[in-house]
Amino acid sequence: MYSEKVMDHFNHPRNVGEIEEPSGVGTVGNAKCGDIMRIYLDIDEQGVIQDAKFKTFGCGAAVATSSMATELVKGKTVQEALTVTNKAVMEALDGLPPVKVHCSLLAEEAIHAALWDYAQKHHIVIDGLKEPVADIG
Amino acid sequence: MDKIIYLDNAATTKMSEEVLNAMLPYFRETYSNPSAIYTFAGEAQKAVDTARAQVAKLMKANAEEIYFTGGGSESDNWAIKAAAEAYREKGRHIITSKIEHHAVLHTCQYLEKQGWEVTYLDVDENGTISLDELRTSIRPDTVLISVMTANNEIGTIEPVAEIGKIARENGVLFHTDAVQAYGHIPLDAEAMNIDLLSASGHKLNGPKGVGMLYIRKGVRIHPLLHGGAQERNRRAGTLNVAGIVGFGKAAALAEAYMEEKTARETALREHLIKRILAEIPFCRLNGHRTSRLPNNANFSFRFIEGESMLIMLDQLGICASSGSACTSGALDPSHVLLAIGLPHEIAHGSLRLTLSDETTTKELDFVVDELVKIVGRLREMSPLYEDFMKSQEEKGNTNV
Repeated sequence: MYSEKVMDHFNHPRNVGEIEEPSGVGTVGNAKCGDIMRIYLDIDEQGVIQDAKFKTFGCGAAVATSSMATELVKGKTVQEALTVTNKAVMEALDGLPPVKVHCSLLAEEAIHAALWDYAQKHHIVIDGLKEPVADIG
Repeated sequence: MDKIIYLDNAATTKMSEEVLNAMLPYFRETYSNPSAIYTFAGEAQKAVDTARAQVAKLMKANAEEIYFTGGGSESDNWAIKAAAEAYREKGRHIITSKIEHHAVLHTCQYLEKQGWEVTYLDVDENGTISLDELRTSIRPDTVLISVMTANNEIGTIEPVAEIGKIARENGVLFHTDAVQAYGHIPLDAEAMNIDLLSASGHKLNGPKGVGMLYIRKGVRIHPLLHGGAQERNRRAGTLNVAGIVGFGKAAALAEAYMEEKTARETALREHLIKRILAEIPFCRLNGHRTSRLPNNANFSFRFIEGESMLIMLDQLGICASSGSACTSGALDPSHVLLAIGLPHEIAHGSLRLTLSDETTTKELDFVVDELVKIVGRLREMSPLYEDFMKSQEEKGNTNV
């Protein structure tokens, strides 16, 4: 039911882990539905994402979308990171089964939540970034 | 995939070779329609009669009380809808439990929309209904009690004989969904005061697509399917002769080997449970510790999600199942796991392993060894585990 890319990212997830004293961290989802994603970002003084790590409680698609989302945001500026939408994550994974589309939405929300946390801490505004409603961290 | 380790025998079983051999003549040799008048039809009819007797004997019933159907779900639908309809003048109240199979639950929900009232009995942490709650739920307009013999997810065996006694004393019909239990544990229609019982062929090494409804002599319920005089006017449709013959053979084999099979499966199950509980922390066994199906083991592993576990097991050729929402495309995890009081996140991390008499200790040892690694890997990835470990550390620090 999953594409080869999804299986690859599930079996060999990139960027699993934590970042100590992260520039931003966001946790979204809820245990009731069976998906929780936490994304850590390390952002340098130029606003470039140097590193991204994740922890995810969830199904195969949840793990794969977290892995892909962290891969996609690395090296991007915080502004560019907003282009890592759920659609972009899904495309990079060669698609997801319809019932798993919400996992890619969660990945986008987790990135946004981490960026929001960063923006709050540094008193900056990232154009187009709204306060995440789903951050449960 | 080189070799499959099949631990999903509650979903379906491998048909035994003896069953297959018993069925084969009824596809191309004795392919007649048993309802016809010529001698050739008589041979098929004889085979069906033998099967009916075999299926009846396994639950100590009479052959004429067995009605062949297309499977367990049909039998459940028939029993509940037809009983509700037949006794609608007496009342429109049905009692069932919260942990029934969807073939029962959804049928009850359908009847609710048609004006029936349904009481869904709670279960305790082991998945057992309360007989006191059952007694107090019975009303003058109660027409049917439907409680499963054994649960398909957590394996808990319900106190069927006691339920039957209460139902009989109160003049209420008693139906039991025995799809998981029939052929696996001893059943006695008379002694257990069972009025209606559903069973399915493929859960006891028989073929798929054939089941039966036991209707105690004297219980008057209407047909579900109309259009023919088969099954004494109660279930229309040309008989699935080969399937019925296979079901009969499977029942006869189950009866002959039940004791041996139960002993073997119980020993394997205990080995599995013991190792998993000892070697994987933050894990619990779901279902009754002793009053459970011989081949069922169901665990919850905290901080991780079931589908991820299933995919990792699948890559090793291990077939298992989970009550996680993700495995069904639903949002909520299994209604059974919620009914025994598990919080959502723990219910999501469940794993059901159901054995067969072909399962070996070597296979189970391999599964446990791999499961230890899989659970470890998924916990390393889990934010819930991270939070839990940090909170433990903090507690540890304050203790110092």
